[in-house]
Amino acid sequence: MTSAWPWITLALLGAYHGLSPGMGWLFAVALGLQEKSGKAVLRALLPIAIGHAASVGLAVGLLAAGKASIPTGILPWITGGVLVAFGIFKLVRPRHPRWVGMRVNARDLVVWSFLMATAHGAGLMLLPVFVLGEDNPAPCHGPSCHDAAGISLSSPSGYLAAISLHTLAMLAVSALVALVVYYKVGLAMLRRAWFDLDRVWAGALILAGVLGLLL
Amino acid sequence: MPFRPDPTFYPSPRMAMDAPRERFAYVAAPDANAVLGRPNPLRDGLATVDLDPRSPTYSQIIALAEVPNFGDELHHSGWNACSAALCPYAPHPHVERRYLMLPALRSSRIYIFDTKLDPRRPKLVRTIEADEIASRTGYSRPHTLHCGPDGIYVSALGNPAGEGPGGIFMLDCESFDVLGRWEIDRGPQYLHYDFWWHLGHDTLISSEWGTPKMIEDGVVPELLLGKKYGHRLHVWDLRRRKHVQALDIGDEHQMALELRPAHDPTKAWGFMGVVISVADLSASVWLWYREGERWAIKKVITIPAEPASADQLPPLLKGFGAVPPLVTDINLSLDDKYLYVSCWGTGELRQYDVSNPHEPKHVGSVHIGGIARRTPHPRSGGPLTGAPQMVEVSRDGKRIYFTSGLYTTWDEQFYPDGLKGWMVKVDVKEGGGIALDPDFYVDFGPRRAHQVRLEGGDASSDSFCYP
Repeated sequence: MTSAWPWITLALLGAYHGLSPGMGWLFAVALGLQEKSGKAVLRALLPIAIGHAASVGLAVGLLAAGKASIPTGILPWITGGVLVAFGIFKLVRPRHPRWVGMRVNARDLVVWSFLMATAHGAGLMLLPVFVLGEDNPAPCHGPSCHDAAGISLSSPSGYLAAISLHTLAMLAVSALVALVVYYKVGLAMLRRAWFDLDRVWAGALILAGVLGLLL
Repeated sequence: MPFRPDPTFYPSPRMAMDAPRERFAYVAAPDANAVLGRPNPLRDGLATVDLDPRSPTYSQIIALAEVPNFGDELHHSGWNACSAALCPYAPHPHVERRYLMLPALRSSRIYIFDTKLDPRRPKLVRTIEADEIASRTGYSRPHTLHCGPDGIYVSALGNPAGEGPGGIFMLDCESFDVLGRWEIDRGPQYLHYDFWWHLGHDTLISSEWGTPKMIEDGVVPELLLGKKYGHRLHVWDLRRRKHVQALDIGDEHQMALELRPAHDPTKAWGFMGVVISVADLSASVWLWYREGERWAIKKVITIPAEPASADQLPPLLKGFGAVPPLVTDINLSLDDKYLYVSCWGTGELRQYDVSNPHEPKHVGSVHIGGIARRTPHPRSGGPLTGAPQMVEVSRDGKRIYFTSGLYTTWDEQFYPDGLKGWMVKVDVKEGGGIALDPDFYVDFGPRRAHQVRLEGGDASSDSFCYP
């Protein structure tokens, strides 16, 4: 089977991660308000996306190592089990990394974003896509397709393309939300619209794990 | 745990000013007899005062939740969680402002009351014992408590033996586990009193009173005249938990106590109240502010002593022929516009316009109680002992509540014929000026009245990450 669904899923998950205030757009808005500058909002977003990509990359790297050393039939069970267990853990104990600081440079933002994404299992959430979708090459159209069409989700270049796509979607959505909140909506929306994404997130982890096991 | 953020959390101080009006005050009501070894000791309590003018029990104590021990000396209180939970770097807005934490200054216990089950009648649900605090932190005499973005910060005056250093320890805001000492490098800091922070500048500020042994039995005149009480402000790196700078205001100024940083997190200034100058018995308020890469401090308010005859004065002051103002608390409105200053000696609450914090303007005063004046309240039925002490500002800045008592052994020194426990209210006029509400007078009976906390937050219980 060859289809675009794993790539679309990775992009949608990127958009979902971008929506979460805890993944970075809120921090970018706060830094913008601190400096009274919309540019400061934008400046913060790239390091946040890099930290997110690094965390996702770590999870994908672990998966690749697992693929190389664990019999093929067992891996989906391990990733599914880990996801469900982590999701339940996040439901029971919704803790955050302890980070005390508003005066941050780009490197701090990378580290903070990496910690937040890792603690929330952002990369873990993507693993079923890699396990289930490994035979699906990246979709493409046009004359330059001949090279790209060979990218498989199980090759190093496929991993890189997938992480890039996920991160770009995450960056685009977080930038959009951050700028709309900074320029238009204002912070009052935090009180009305900030429903408990951590519990939704934990549910998404469990769902991803179950789907990984069932499909 | 709610699915939406606690409705009493506000991203910015401006939004907190638009909050609904407070309906209850929770007031620490310690008993003096138990501490002083006198007959008829009572247990300390947490009093709920009705602040809803439409209620038939308005301006009355409608509940008193007693603690199970004697002689705790309930003093301050604080919430387990507040608006800082919205901070972007540790966002967890789905915790609740539910538990009122009451450190006991003498027994070193921390009592935890649940205010959600019935907001009128907070229920004691947990006690953190002094031993647990001592073994995990080396500290005792917990005093002030602030809900931070990443947990609860508690100041402590010293160690279990009553010596220094005092400092800060942390509690988990949901499990209430004692997490340990906050300081990694305390530098020259030894004496401790209040602390707060500039979240937007990753800076914590702390002040100095004295070790437990220097204060527990009252003011020690030899230590006061020997200039041994605290007179420094300490600046800390909040992120790295390191001492950065000590700002000395000169040792003629004794007891550098309350700290009120600007609520707007982009501003880097705040006020510190200083109890007394041994040079002329005046009290003062100091402004700390950022000056380039360093912090600086300067005196911006001086309140002189008032002449009084010896027969109006307690033994401690008879030789001086004057009443010191004794600034023992200050509070800053959420818009950073008005500073309220309690003169516990002379019996005056002052309002300053601090729109320009470098040049405060005295714009309002009320007199009540006082060592020599004893100004009555319309409903007190005669002269009053005690004076403005712990002062709390409503979120909208329109109402100020304050109580009369300081600290049992100190109350006895300055008001040796007894100190009445009461709470009153003043109304703030548009554009400045304050007036005592003649109808609001809460009599605490045999108990004293200390810190006031307002339901849903007030001007000294929340801190904000957004301007």
